[in-house]
Amino acid sequence: MIVSKRKPTLEERRGRWAWVFIAPWLLGFTLLFAVPLIQSMFYSFSELSLSPTGLQLDFKGMANYRNALMEHVDYNRTLTEAVLNMLLNVPLVVIFSLFVAQLLNQQFKGRMIARVIFFLPVILASGVIASIESGDFLQSAIMGGGNDPATGAGSMLRSFELERLLIQSGMNELFVTYLTGSVDRIYEIVSAAGVQIIIFLAGLQAIAPQLYEAAKIEGATGYEAFWKITFPMISPLILTNVIYTVIDAFTSNDMTTLIQETAFRQFDFGLSAAMSWIYFIIIALILLITTYSINRKVFYQ
Amino acid sequence: MSLMTGKVINSKKEGQEVQRWERFQQRYLTLEKVKSSVWTIVRAVLIIGLSYVILYPILLKVSIAFTHRVDLYDPTVMLIPRNVTLENFEYVISTMNYAKVTWHSFLLSAMTMVLTVITCSLVGYGFARFTFKGKNVLFSLVILTILVPPQTIMVPTYINYRNFDLFGLIGLFNEGGLNLIGSYWPFVISSATGMGLKAGLFIFIFRQFFKSFPKEIEEAAFVDGAGVFKTFFQIMLPNAIPAIITVMLFSFVWQWNDVYYTTMFLDNASVMSTQLQTVGATIAHRLSTTSGGGVGAVDPFYVSMLVNTSILLAILPLIVLYLFVQRHFVESVERTGIVG
Repeated sequence: MIVSKRKPTLEERRGRWAWVFIAPWLLGFTLLFAVPLIQSMFYSFSELSLSPTGLQLDFKGMANYRNALMEHVDYNRTLTEAVLNMLLNVPLVVIFSLFVAQLLNQQFKGRMIARVIFFLPVILASGVIASIESGDFLQSAIMGGGNDPATGAGSMLRSFELERLLIQSGMNELFVTYLTGSVDRIYEIVSAAGVQIIIFLAGLQAIAPQLYEAAKIEGATGYEAFWKITFPMISPLILTNVIYTVIDAFTSNDMTTLIQETAFRQFDFGLSAAMSWIYFIIIALILLITTYSINRKVFYQ
Repeated sequence: MSLMTGKVINSKKEGQEVQRWERFQQRYLTLEKVKSSVWTIVRAVLIIGLSYVILYPILLKVSIAFTHRVDLYDPTVMLIPRNVTLENFEYVISTMNYAKVTWHSFLLSAMTMVLTVITCSLVGYGFARFTFKGKNVLFSLVILTILVPPQTIMVPTYINYRNFDLFGLIGLFNEGGLNLIGSYWPFVISSATGMGLKAGLFIFIFRQFFKSFPKEIEEAAFVDGAGVFKTFFQIMLPNAIPAIITVMLFSFVWQWNDVYYTTMFLDNASVMSTQLQTVGATIAHRLSTTSGGGVGAVDPFYVSMLVNTSILLAILPLIVLYLFVQRHFVESVERTGIVG
């Protein structure tokens, strides 16, 4: 009786220390996140003008939202492009990173070097470097075509034959172009997959080897072992990675540049806030739908 | 495998059976051998091919950086320059103000890295190893900070730092608060309070790591009379080195490459990432003023060559850093417990 009464109090007393540990974050969260989030909501409904003494807010109702969705020249197009690009890239990146993690998890000579190389994009293909690289034309000229298929014979050659072959063999044309398009964008995909590979690799290493041994004794092939063991065991991480990839795809694209430019070039802070709120709501919806639909199929131990 | 055969031998002691089993095993093994050797080749091709895809742009940059201008229009020069030169490097280093910019970038990244690691490890530990009211709600708020795009709170954040005020205290002395834009203070404040670049993700990583850590060690420390902080600093932190290295590398590198926060908080191009954004224009401008023929007379290929050199110089510190920590990093991935 005494023991059962005392134990929670000890735990609780210890629990008070937690507030000390999370205090810095709590402070940052309220002052630098929660308050700005609410403020930004207000801004999106009003006209904001900056003056040396402070800022002035004039309530405008839904005008900023109407402006973004119905009047702005670029907004709708950029938004749809961002979403479509994301829908196109996320499955590719996730499947690719699972595949590479599976490769890197096996025993072979030079595995260490291979891992070092495969994690390199985590470091190099982020932020400003990636954005400059895509617009550089000496490099793309040397690489043969690069981003613009009309100028380079190189990129035409790369997948044109494959495309014809696949279409002739009776596959769906849409699917074939998607597939060959992804072959052409392999660098983009590789460089977006760094963190996901790490997460999958860590997950693969956490699977108990006994499971594979037992399956092998029962006569399972590698193919069966993958779909019956690896895939279910790693499915929570597939969810994690899908979410991570979606967020990653959304943090830096034309849309975010547009939002930034509206705020700091045209100084239309209200419109920028409205744009970013629409953007955030769409991201949240996409994340909700994907999480919900994947979560039903995820196998939790 | 041997256990299984042992069982078979024990249960069915007829010699014929054993022979049949052995024959089967031999056949099975050879088939396995063929399959595995084919797979080894396929795997090697795939890994070498993908490594090539990753490394090629870097190698290309190295090659471009060492190539002399004369070789640009020589179609017989491919990848390996005929006239090796350091001219490009010299030109870019003086144009970019390389030493100063690198030092600034290093200072900024190192500072945010240290603060981020301290705060996020504390917070991660707080979420992993204590039970308190509202823990789940608060942790879902951590996840929320990952999900909300930074652009959504961009304008208030900017205004916040432009007229920085702490509970109206600074406003008492200085009307309108302090203007922190253009200094490193916004980075210090945001990373010290766990609101910096992708800090939510780092908190998540630390929490997962501390959660997977055996609870008994902590209890032993408690029994031996160690307080909460002593346990954390002397037992948990030394064991969290894999997670610390991962977070350090990520936060340093992402800060180094970041343009979103640096363009917002710093008004001049004093760090590497903002410098890189405009380096093409800077080089073109300098070329046109020195040659005197206007911007139109600038050779775009030469500019591109110099831009490539500058990117190489910008990522050089990162590559050096990565080479130093790669062993710990790659190993730590296996034990970080990002997975939980």
